[in-house]
Amino acid sequence: MGKLKSHTEEKISCYHCGDDCKSNDILIEQKHFCCSGCKSVYEILNQHDLCTYYDLNSNPGVGLKTEIRADKFQFLDNEDIRKKLLQFTNGKQSQLTLYLPQIHCSSCLWLLENLHMIEDGVLNATVNFTKKEVFIVYDETKTTLRKVVETLSRIGYEPHLSLNEISTDSLKKMDRTRWYKIGVAGFCFANIMMMSFADYLSSANHVETKIQTFFQGASLVLVLPVLFYAATEFFVSAWNGLKNRFLNIDFPVALALVITFFRSIYEIFSGIGNGYLDSLSGIVFFMLIGRWLQSRTNQTISFDRDYKSFFPIAINVIKEGKVAPVEIASVKVNDVIQIHSNEIIPVDAILSKGAARIDYSFVSGESMPVAITIGEMVYAGGKQLDGLLELIVVKEVSQSYLTNLWNNPVFTKKEIVRKTSYDTISKYFTYFVLFLGFIAGVYWHLQGKDNLMWNAMTTVLIVACPCALLLSQNYTHGNILRILGLNKFYLRSPDLIEDFSSINHIVLDKTGTLTQTKGSNVRYSGKILSEDLKKLIASLLNQSSHPASKLVFQYLNISDLFEVTNFKEIEGKGIEGWVNDQHIKIGSAEFIGKTQTTQNNGSIVMIFIDGAVIGEFVISNKYRFGVTKLIQSLKKHFTLSLLSGDNDTELKNIEELLGKDSELYFNQSPQQKLEYIKQLQDDHQLNVMMIGDGLNDAGALKQSNIGIAVADTSNTFTPSSDGVIDGSKLSNLDSFIQFARVGKKLVLITFGFSVIYNIIGLVFAVQGILSPVIAAILMPCSSITIIFMTYGLTEWLARKYNLNRKNY
Amino acid sequence: MSVIIILLIVSICIAGGFLIAFLWSVKDGQFDDVQSPAQRMLFENIKNKEK
Repeated sequence: MGKLKSHTEEKISCYHCGDDCKSNDILIEQKHFCCSGCKSVYEILNQHDLCTYYDLNSNPGVGLKTEIRADKFQFLDNEDIRKKLLQFTNGKQSQLTLYLPQIHCSSCLWLLENLHMIEDGVLNATVNFTKKEVFIVYDETKTTLRKVVETLSRIGYEPHLSLNEISTDSLKKMDRTRWYKIGVAGFCFANIMMMSFADYLSSANHVETKIQTFFQGASLVLVLPVLFYAATEFFVSAWNGLKNRFLNIDFPVALALVITFFRSIYEIFSGIGNGYLDSLSGIVFFMLIGRWLQSRTNQTISFDRDYKSFFPIAINVIKEGKVAPVEIASVKVNDVIQIHSNEIIPVDAILSKGAARIDYSFVSGESMPVAITIGEMVYAGGKQLDGLLELIVVKEVSQSYLTNLWNNPVFTKKEIVRKTSYDTISKYFTYFVLFLGFIAGVYWHLQGKDNLMWNAMTTVLIVACPCALLLSQNYTHGNILRILGLNKFYLRSPDLIEDFSSINHIVLDKTGTLTQTKGSNVRYSGKILSEDLKKLIASLLNQSSHPASKLVFQYLNISDLFEVTNFKEIEGKGIEGWVNDQHIKIGSAEFIGKTQTTQNNGSIVMIFIDGAVIGEFVISNKYRFGVTKLIQSLKKHFTLSLLSGDNDTELKNIEELLGKDSELYFNQSPQQKLEYIKQLQDDHQLNVMMIGDGLNDAGALKQSNIGIAVADTSNTFTPSSDGVIDGSKLSNLDSFIQFARVGKKLVLITFGFSVIYNIIGLVFAVQGILSPVIAAILMPCSSITIIFMTYGLTEWLARKYNLNRKNY
Repeated sequence: MSVIIILLIVSICIAGGFLIAFLWSVKDGQFDDVQSPAQRMLFENIKNKEK
């Protein structure tokens, strides 16, 4: 333990989180740390004898770059909020479930389950790895909720607290009914099959009648739970389809189940044979497994977050000189609220104290933070970057700009009943089968063999049930969703896979989607900057709170500064002042009084010292890794356009990226984005996929045929969407789309293949001689073929598109 | 041949036992989270060592 693998000159990585260390001076016992946050976590763990954390995985920690304010969790002492968070309390013991998005490895699990070694009052902590939740039981007499949460935050696991998710998600129990159904159906299927075995091996009369009767009776009893419990969802879905006046794929399935059941009862009671109870329960079992595979999408991703989960739970309100946390919904107009750095402003308010630099990128798509002076409005959804603010509330949470955005009618639009192309296929399939059964019946009737007529008509329906289509659809979609999930592309519903094949236009957002949410590129062109010059410029920049100044200042990375005299800031233009007896002007070309030399491909800051232009800094957005490649490959299959809420300073770069034939729109409001998508759909008859990230894209995401939200870490808020893609995987999006698009073809291929079995069965059925044995052989053969084919083909395609197929 | 009926009843009872065991385990939440128990069992020795 404690050995540092890479003691080479090039890079020292943090013992805690694995990031590169910028300096070598933060170290304990030869272990380097990237920041004091990481070091303090190590100290806590070391002190409590929990360093096994580092032995289980190397660099397991989560970087703790930003310090957590001492009173950040003060609101957890508030009785009302506490009550809402706790699942159970009797005054002595309390229980709650916390969502910790940082959970990622076995070390996390180990450390969190040993929480009692750090925080005395914790009685039990159980991690649910899949849901990234920890269930905590603690002793109220020894500790408090606030202390528990603070301890978690101190070791790098700050819980994501939000009233919205608490009130809905934690109450929602895991759906276990499907497991029960599969268990019951499997049990009944196996036993019925076993009892039918005697019948398979011998011709009907060889089995003793007493035993025969017993077998039949037992099979009938066993099939009842299959039909009336396990298969209920098919009947419900078929009935819902009928109510909405269309035949979905479950309708012929339900019909076949009912006919098989009654036909079997008739056979048993009239002494003809054993019926098809084994095939009936078998097919229900296989279909249930298919449904389960399909519904096994990622449980940790929630697709329906609204603005409430974006806001903090409580906010500090200043009343009569005292600061007290108040639940967000109870904040009133004219209250004075306090906002700390990196906090989100939940209400529309007027700035009354402090220097505000608000990042609206999430709400409006503007990439540059906005500087706001005292007396100006601040809108809900903005994030204060640094420093303490005091604001006077103008509009309550429920009335704010952001909330209104959310209350746009698009969001309340009711989901219509989805009609997939498989439903259409199954409809024609059903018509065809009914017709065939009818013809066979008529034929036998004309031959005067009424006995065979009924036999043929019913068995045709039994053998030709489009279960195969349903199965191949469920298994294919299930496996595609699973593979995409392994590649960090999560889809809300398996039905979407079909929609991918009709997409022909893609609309992209800029800020946060093509560009990174954090960081800008600063480039310098002009005379070479000596250290002295850099110092001069940095000293002046340090006086300004303008976002551009801050960025250039960070870029210069100078710590000791000169004194500045006669500093002047002309808003929106630039700054000037005297440093070291030299007159410096920094700002836009217009401010300097020169014309711009370079093209418009970023914001430009010009430097002007003692009457001469020294050079200029170009600030441009940092694009995500692999964006160029992505756009190139997307362009081969789709037409593209870009909608940005930001200004057009990046026009040149974007044009280069997307090509001249794509439509580019800047300064778009959320409403305009939505209408643009609508216009594409209505006027140009395009099926649009929208890729966005912020709240300003929310309407467009909803309006588009498929809306994909980009998330950087699983805990960042994403607007309601059809799918979520991890930002780091965005460059592979094209392969994902192509992979999903093949899904439909795969379903049809496997279905076509399994139709062969149906045809064999039909040959027997129309002659009225389909015996239970043939049905019992054909049914599992067809199901198992489908399972192997879909699995094999999806895996093969996943390899072809270079997708990840292993969970690691 | 009636012994076969007895045998069958016995076999269904045993299978039924397994079904009940399965349903019980589902009810207890064994299938809610299949990842963490797999990891947790690796730490049991470590815990004992430290105590």
